[in-house]
Order: sequence, then C-alpha cells, then structure tokens
Amino acid sequence: MNTLNTNDLLKQGAIWGFIVLELVFFTVAGKYLSLSQNAFMDLDNMLLLFKQSAPIGIIALGMTVIMINGNIDLSVGAIFALCAVVLLDSMSWPFLTGLGDWVIPVSWGLALLTGVVLGAINGLIVWKTGVDAFIVTLGAMLGYRGLVFMFNGEQPTSHLNWTLVDFAEAQFLGLHTATWFLLGVAVALWLLMTRTVHGRNAYAIGDNREAAVNAGIRVGPHMMINFMIIGFLAGLSAVVFYSESGSVNPNDGSLYELWAITAVVLGGTKLTGGSGSIISTLGGVLAIQLLRKGLGHIGADTETVNLVIGSILIAVLFLDRQLNRKAKGELRT
Amino acid sequence: MTSFTPALRLQDIVKTFPGVRALDGVSLTVLPGEVHALMGENGAGKSTLMRVLGGVLQPNSGRILIGEEPTIMASPLDAKSKGVVFIHQELSLAEELSVAENVYLGELPRKSFGRVDWDRLHEKTAAILDKLKVGFTPQTRVGDLSLANQQMVEIARALTVDAKAVIFDEPTASLTDAEKVVLFDVIADLKARGVGVIYISHRMEEIFHMTDRISILRDGQYRGTLHTAETSEEELTQLMIGRKLDLSRKINHAEVGAVALEVRGLSCGRLYSDVSFEVRRGEVLGFYGLVGAGRTEVAETLFGLRDPDAGQILLDGEEVRIGSPVEAIARGISLVPEDRKGQGLVLGMNCRDNMTLPQVDDLKAGPFVAEGAEIAIFDQYRDKLDIRTPGWRQKVGNLSGGNQQKIVIAKWLSMHPNVLIVDEPTRGIDVGSKSEIHNLIRDLAANGFAVIVISSEMPEVLHVSDRIVAMHHGKVIRTFTSEEVTEESLVQAISGIVAETAA
Repeated sequence: MNTLNTNDLLKQGAIWGFIVLELVFFTVAGKYLSLSQNAFMDLDNMLLLFKQSAPIGIIALGMTVIMINGNIDLSVGAIFALCAVVLLDSMSWPFLTGLGDWVIPVSWGLALLTGVVLGAINGLIVWKTGVDAFIVTLGAMLGYRGLVFMFNGEQPTSHLNWTLVDFAEAQFLGLHTATWFLLGVAVALWLLMTRTVHGRNAYAIGDNREAAVNAGIRVGPHMMINFMIIGFLAGLSAVVFYSESGSVNPNDGSLYELWAITAVVLGGTKLTGGSGSIISTLGGVLAIQLLRKGLGHIGADTETVNLVIGSILIAVLFLDRQLNRKAKGELRT
Repeated sequence: MTSFTPALRLQDIVKTFPGVRALDGVSLTVLPGEVHALMGENGAGKSTLMRVLGGVLQPNSGRILIGEEPTIMASPLDAKSKGVVFIHQELSLAEELSVAENVYLGELPRKSFGRVDWDRLHEKTAAILDKLKVGFTPQTRVGDLSLANQQMVEIARALTVDAKAVIFDEPTASLTDAEKVVLFDVIADLKARGVGVIYISHRMEEIFHMTDRISILRDGQYRGTLHTAETSEEELTQLMIGRKLDLSRKINHAEVGAVALEVRGLSCGRLYSDVSFEVRRGEVLGFYGLVGAGRTEVAETLFGLRDPDAGQILLDGEEVRIGSPVEAIARGISLVPEDRKGQGLVLGMNCRDNMTLPQVDDLKAGPFVAEGAEIAIFDQYRDKLDIRTPGWRQKVGNLSGGNQQKIVIAKWLSMHPNVLIVDEPTRGIDVGSKSEIHNLIRDLAANGFAVIVISSEMPEVLHVSDRIVAMHHGKVIRTFTSEEVTEESLVQAISGIVAETAA
C-alpha cells in the first residue's frame, strides 16, 4: 500500500536533493576557485565530513525527537559542556586512578549520567510546572553554563588519555568512531520514533495535544523521557568529541542548540511539532556540514559561511510555507 | 427496548461557571437500544451536559449512573473505559498520524519493548473501517482525508470499545448525504446491539428519521422528554424556544438611509458561498445561524481578514477590494470581534490606551503621543456609552464584561466608521448589561451608522435587528424583515428547512 503522496515524497526527498545540489556545485566551483589541488568529492574528505558532523549531529537527532514532541531544548550546548567537564575531570579523580584504563568506561558512564540527569531536570520542570519548554530550557541554558564556569573558572579542563584518543581516532570499516556513533544513534532513534508506542505517542502529543490528552495519553511522562533522551545524547556527543580532543573550554558548545535546531528545521521537522523525521534531520546535519566545508573549500571565510547558511535557512522556511499554505480562505496572520 | 434497566442515567446535574448556571438540575435517562435525541438552542446546555457525561467537566452536584451504578467520570479515558464514548463535533484528531493510530490513540496495541504491534493495529482498524464502509485504509494519513472522512475516523473510535452509551454531537454537520446513510446504519447497528445512543442535532428531519425519544433543554434546564412518534416539529420548536417574548420586538425603525454596504454573491472556499445582502445607514442587520454556519467568516472577509473566491463588495455603491484590516478601517468598516478578550482588547493596558489603539498614530504632538487628545476621546465616549470605570487609568482586565464590550465598541466608534460589524456582542455578559448593549446598538443605528450584528442568541437578534439574515451551512437561506419573522420560521431557516412560501 502506498501511503506517501507526491507532496510527501517531495518534502522528504528535498533535503537529499539539496545535498546532491551542494555536492555538484562545490565540485564544479572547486575546480575553478579552490586553492587546493584535491577534489572536493575526495573519499577522505567525505569521511572526515561525517566525523565532523557527529557532535552537532547526535544532538540534532535528539532535538528532532524533542521538536516532534512539540517542545524545544535550548540547554543542550550547556549540557554538552558540563558532560565534557565531568568526563575529563573524572579521569583524574583520586579514587578512580587505581582503575588504570578502566577509568574510561566509568568516566563515560558518569558523563552520560550527567546528561540524563540534567535532561530529567528540564523534563520534570516542564511537566510539573507547565512552563513552556522554551523558557525552562532557556533558564537551564544559563544555569548549566554557570555550573561549567563554577567548575574551573575561565580555565580549560584538560585530561589526555592516549588509549581514549586511539579509540576515538580508530576507523572501523573505513568510518571513524564518531561516525559510527552518529549512525548508531540515528538508527536507534529512527526505530524509537517509528516503531514504538512511546515514539508514536510523542508524534500525537506534538500534533494535537488536546486530542492526546482526551485519548488518555499521559503527556508529562512522555515529554520527560524525551528530555532525558536528549540529555543523554548531549552527553554522548561530548563523550565522542572530547575523547579525542582531551580539553574542554568553558565556552565550548555555545550555539550548539541553535545549530542543532537549524539542522532539524532544514530537515523539514515542523516547529510546532507533530511532524518530522529522524532520517531527514540526518540529511539536514550533512547539508550544513557540506555547506561549511564546501564554502571553506572554495575559499570563503567563516563569516560568509554563517551568512549563507542563515540565508538558506530562511529561504527554505519561506519555500516550505508557500508549499504548505493551505487552500484559499485561510485567515491572514 | 430489551430491558428496563437504563443504560445510563443522569440525576439532577448542576454545573455552574463563574456567573452562569449552565446546567440547573438536569436529569436524563437513556435506555439500552434506544436513540435518544437531545435538543435545545445554542447555549441551552447540551454540550455542557455531554461534557459532564464524557468526563471532560466535573458537575457541581448530581449523580451519573451507568447500569444503575453511581459513577464518577474522572477523565475522558475513564468515561471511555466505563463504556461511555463521546464523539466530538470538533474533530479531535492528530492530522499527521495515520487513521489506525488515531482510532487507537492512547491505546496502541503493544509488543515487547513497547513496540507498536502494527499488524494487529491495522487488522483491528481495518475491521472497524469495513463496518463503516469507508473508502480509505488504516494507513492513510488523517490530514489527507476530507472533513467528512475525518469525521468517520472519529466515529470509528467509538467502535473500539464495548460501549454502553455513545454520544454523537452533531455528527452530520460535515457529512454528505451518502455518508449520512452510512452513519445511520452504524447507529442502527449500535442500537441493535443494545447500546444507548445520545444524538445531538439541530436537524429536525434527522431527529424524526431515527430517534426514539427526544429530551429538550432550555437555558440549562430540563424541559421534558417526548416520544418521537407522538410529537411534531411545531411542538418541539415550541418547547425549545418556550420563553415568552419578554423582549419587545424592534418595530419602530429608525430613519433608513442609503445603502452603505452591499455584498453580491460572495464565496470563500468551503466556508460559505453565494452570500448576498445589503445594509443601509440607520439599519441593524442581524445574522443568525448555528455555530459554523459561516457568519463570522463573512464578517472576517468584509474586514479584510480573508480573501473571497468570488463575489463583489460594494461600499456606498462603489466596488472595493479589501485586502487587509488596515484598508477596511480606512474605508470605514469596523469589526468588534467575537472573542472580546482574545481579539478585541489588550487586557493589561488601561481603558484610554485600549480605546485609542487604532488611531494612536494620528494622535501625536511632535514625536510624542498626545495624551490630552487621548483623554478627550476617552471622556467623550465614556459619557456617550456610559462606561462605568473609576478612570482612564483602570486596567481593562479589571472591568466587567459589559464595560469591556463598551470599550471595544467605543474604540471603533472613535474611528468614525460607516459600517460597524459586531460579532456576538453579549457573549458572557450578564443580563443587565446585555440590554444596555442592545440599546446602544439601536442608538448607533439611529445615529446613522449601518450596523451588522452577528449572534447565536435568538432573542438578541429578534430584539435588535431591523432585518435578519438566516444562514445555514455557508448559505443565506432567507432574509426576514422584523415584521414577518417568527421564532419558528427562524429556527427552521437556520436548520436548513426552506420555507415553502415566502411571507
């Protein structure tokens, strides 16, 4: 049975079409404009692109779940930083030093736990107070970032563990560790959102909250679980990234929430909730990373890159609005 | 009727909202295997009663008995688990999800690890859809269905549980004739299985076609139960309206002037079509119809909030296109909206600022707002409309409903409109202030404004209007003059019954 109509296919395929367009453009433009001799579509370059997409990508996948549910989470950048601090600092905690390299899984566990707890706090507040998630996580963003600074002032927190670096830089079947994590998370969340009762209820809540309540769905617990998921993923993102770099600045992860939201929106998830796809968000993440890399390849500087991405985001949303505008007779706003 | 134990009994239900006694000791008995109609005017309390029964609202006092067991309906889910299923008039569906997911919303069948059992879900849904003979599959996205089919999805929900009583609230409002036949089959099927069906509708022909008994509510009070076979449309209409004509009909017209606004063949999508009317200076034109008949949408089009598909709007005999509220205001059309608090006022602002909001751009002394001019306007209209407030500094949110409405009206009067449209002018306003607002509307017309009043309350329309446009389903059924209109003919017109002979 074919349940997709052309319109849906167009919308779901749009982000991948956009990616192909980018690839073609940068390959052609790269021939004339690039200072380097390498082709843009080089295999190593593409593998690197996946790896670099991972930190924001993992968060963006979680953000998709939150936004499908009708919420938003602005605190992910701060959770990311705080988890990173816990990860690196815990490796030198005296009572863990006896563990040798076994400190690694313990530190990972602590970092992930931190993420889950912080997410749970957000979720619990949203559930119990009924305050809009935007406000709650805006507060959390400031608060959690404050905790990061309280930890070590303006100083970076560093700990380099070579076993860890080796693991993070490993390539399995050609893909980097970080890429595997990104793909793994995508598959897991895709299953969650399409195959489980929790996932389908999350869609229903985001789509028509009143209908969900009327049908007896317990909205609060579902939202809390989703906030815990994104907390966990922010922690996982930190684990993946800082296992390799080994040093966290107190300002790391700022604006990650906005990049994540950008990727989610580019992927076609509705800001109002109820509609969206994990796979499309993956496309959104790759599209942004391609733009950054591609513009760098043809010699544009960071400021230009941001300007271009911003313009594209607005253009995409405008197009989406035009395509989705319902029949005539709609109230003007 | 298979047994004498009622499927459902409501006893002395009282429900009050702040300032209103919405239900005043209503009792209702539904037998198994009967179709029981519930009738009454807009605001008679039908919906409130059903929301109490469906667990959406809690009654202040009174009992609900299911199969003679006293029950408390804590929530809609609770009611459903006890066998009372409520099929809403307003669709309560998640549009992005599939039909099957909507039918079993909140009760998706599960496999291990909380996975959805899609096979079972689709199988069960397909069985229900089969019974309903609809042309879509469980996998269809609800947002892709027509309104009528969405209604069928809503109805399919009732068939997921072993229901004792099913409430249909205006189920045919968006159905075509062919779909109605299917719906009536479904209801007959429920009836044959011994389910008590409560059927709310304004359509007489349906009521007489398929119900066994009819209970009537008026102003939140129970007015009796009739056997359908032994009654007539006239008797029902009498019982529904019932009240003595306590409000004098407006017979003495003010001096009627030239046509201020004329509308010819105006259509807008499926909201309304081919609407024509005219309103003259010094005249009050009433718009009466059921909720959703398209009255508000017509007003919104005149105010530039919607684009019409076809038709002409003529102001003072000159055709105009109104593209936005700004243009509407510039051309002298003002709209006092239905939702006073949401659309008409900035509750946190004071009286004066609310009143001068649309013209504050023009009230300037140099770069600053001219406070003096604002206060002058406020004083003028406070005296004219008799707005009772301690002073202009009072926050509008602290005023009574009647005074708030006067502020909104004053706001538009101060713009010196030619045509004033007032949507539900007395909703949520107590009786005393109501008649003040009515007198105010009459006075405005007497002063040469063309006034359009949209209302769901019959006494109000009858009282203030010189002529009444009756709308049903997006169409103008008939235009009455105040001399020829009767309550019966008006009720029939808005129920879609076209009078055989025009008076």
